[in-house]
Amino acid sequence: MAIDKVWVLAEAGDTPAPITLELLTEARQVASTVEAVSWGTGTATQAPTLGEYGATKVYDVGDLGGALPGAPVAGAIAALVQAGEGPDALLVPATYDGRDVAGRLSARLDRPVLTNVVGLTAEGGLATQHAVFGGTHIVTARFVGEGPGIYVVRAKSFAAEPAGGPAPEVVTAGVPDLGATGEARITARHEEERSGPKLDEAAVVVSGGRGLGSAENYALIEELAKLLHGAAGASRAIVDAGWVPYSHQVGQTGKTVKPTVYLACGISGATQHLVGMKGAKNIVAVNKDQDAPIFSVADLGIVGDVHKVLPALIEALKARG
Amino acid sequence: MAMNVVVCVKQIPDPAAPSSLDPGTKTLNRSGKLILDDSDSYGVEMALQLAGNVEGSEVTLVSMAPGGEVSGLRTALAMGAARAILVSDDSLAGSDALSTAKVLAAAIRRAEPDLVIAATESTDGYTGTLPVQVAELLGLPSVTFAKSVATDGRNLKVERQTEAGYDEVECPLPAVVTVTAGVVEPRYPSFKGIMAAKSKPVETLTVSDLGLDASQVGWAGARQEITDVSEAEARSAGEVVVDEGDGAERIVAFLEQVKVV
Ligand SMILES: Cc1cc2nc3c(=O)[nH]c(=O)nc-3n(C[C@H](O)[C@H](O)[C@H](O)COP(=O)(O)OP(=O)(O)OC[C@H]3O[C@@H](n4cnc5c(N)ncnc54)[C@H](O)[C@@H]3O)c2cc1C
Ligand SMILES: Nc1ncnc2c1ncn2[C@@H]1O[C@H](COP(=O)(O)O)[C@@H](O)[C@H]1O
Repeated sequence: MAIDKVWVLAEAGDTPAPITLELLTEARQVASTVEAVSWGTGTATQAPTLGEYGATKVYDVGDLGGALPGAPVAGAIAALVQAGEGPDALLVPATYDGRDVAGRLSARLDRPVLTNVVGLTAEGGLATQHAVFGGTHIVTARFVGEGPGIYVVRAKSFAAEPAGGPAPEVVTAGVPDLGATGEARITARHEEERSGPKLDEAAVVVSGGRGLGSAENYALIEELAKLLHGAAGASRAIVDAGWVPYSHQVGQTGKTVKPTVYLACGISGATQHLVGMKGAKNIVAVNKDQDAPIFSVADLGIVGDVHKVLPALIEALKARG
Repeated sequence: MAMNVVVCVKQIPDPAAPSSLDPGTKTLNRSGKLILDDSDSYGVEMALQLAGNVEGSEVTLVSMAPGGEVSGLRTALAMGAARAILVSDDSLAGSDALSTAKVLAAAIRRAEPDLVIAATESTDGYTGTLPVQVAELLGLPSVTFAKSVATDGRNLKVERQTEAGYDEVECPLPAVVTVTAGVVEPRYPSFKGIMAAKSKPVETLTVSDLGLDASQVGWAGARQEITDVSEAEARSAGEVVVDEGDGAERIVAFLEQVKVV
């Protein structure tokens, strides 16, 4: 199956999410026609940027009236596919809503989904790369049978680059009757306050794990992150323990980060953590266990106690002013 | 209102044991003994707590696993679930996530659920799409990534994780919910629970019992294939030094070298 037309699911918002631009850039590499599908009230506002990154047409599902996006957006895409307007492949971001849309659409169209995609190559059809075993091995896979293929792609798999395209045509995509499936509604939204750069965009990420010993000690991580103009991250162990909110989590089920420097403090380096940070340009680890797996990916490993090394590091950085 | 709560539980190879790929099929080796996926222990606990709040409610486990495997189910039964449905059939080997969803949806339908709970993703497969596929196949609403779940037996109130925080989401039952790790603290099975689990009913079904066609599932029905497995470019380990009071200085020197300070 040759790939002519690829759709990218663009997260809702007034500006495109970084992963939307990554996916559009990659879509241009594998297909001649790139189009986007989005929802919410901001589609028209983000459309010019989508065009700049290669989308020639944007399907706008529109305001969902508080419904969770999975069912209505998948319903709208399925309707377009059934009307013969569908793509050969749909690239979906590995986000909360993206995964919901992919799952719903898969069952509606009776097409499987390839998830955790970190690379794509066009060779006749599309071949996908998936990192397994904490990124030590790469599995290559592909669909057999009829399209469109549904691909859920991890953040930071591709670098975003504009192509200088014109503003795309924006067309309305209707939502069919969803029955009970569309009944989940958002009644309130809560956003945590954060200062400094975003975790997945920061040049420096300082992350803490269970080795910190207590929630109070996370203050060391926050202070270091601030001194380095970076963002504070965490392993899942301390998110599960309630020390920090989930939005701090780095790894398979958390954020993927690719900073210039990743500083892992009291983190063992479980495979699910490594897949989220192995792409960092430089990795520094502090762990008291010489055999901790994190050292196998660290450019600089300090076998030591975070309670000694981190306060000293904070002092040293402060002294430099 | 009394509820039938169904929990999807996956039985997986012990993640502590080194995992390997079958050289022939290039899929994960699942030949050894299987255990309850830790990710699902949160769903089981959540189900027990929600059912415990409403008198007459019951928790049913649903699992698809090879070789009539029940070890993981027994663990969850020992935690307090009432009964289990196991789908086990040689023709299921090699099933992709959508085929697995079709099998689980058919099994879940038999339990006439008010609420279906699964994990956001499994430890060994982590495709994370299966519960939503099940919801669509059953014609139910779904709320994924729940960090808290409450219900009065008619409606569901969920705090759902988002990039920046969380959303409050409401939805009528029946519905499918996926829970993240850490939502609740899974109980350890008591000795009494372990003894009781031995005599709890486990209904074992085949593909044809579910009215499905063997050509839709397993290798026969799979519409994705693995064409290659290779080693990733290894990140070479750098310098590992023992802190002799100079650890912080070394880090500063490194940060200078990469021009971060
Ligand atoms: C499906 C699934 C998805 C997952 N997703 C993620 C994910 O997205 N992100 C993630 O991080 N994890 C994830 N995990 C969990 C992962 O497997 C690990 O359990 C987790 O990363 C461990 O966190 P940790 O390193 O903080 O804790 P531990 O593994 O307990 O490590 C603590 C480390 O601190 C060191 N230490 C202790 N005291 C000190 C001290 N005083 N000074 C210095 N070092 C010290 C110890 O030597 C140890 O290495 C997932 C697991 C599953 C099953
Ligand atoms: N074979 C299975 N049997 C029962 N439940 C499953 C099975 N596979 C997946 N699930 C459920 O679906 C969730 C997501 O699985 P996955 O799509 O593999 O990440 C799991 O955590 C389980 O709750």
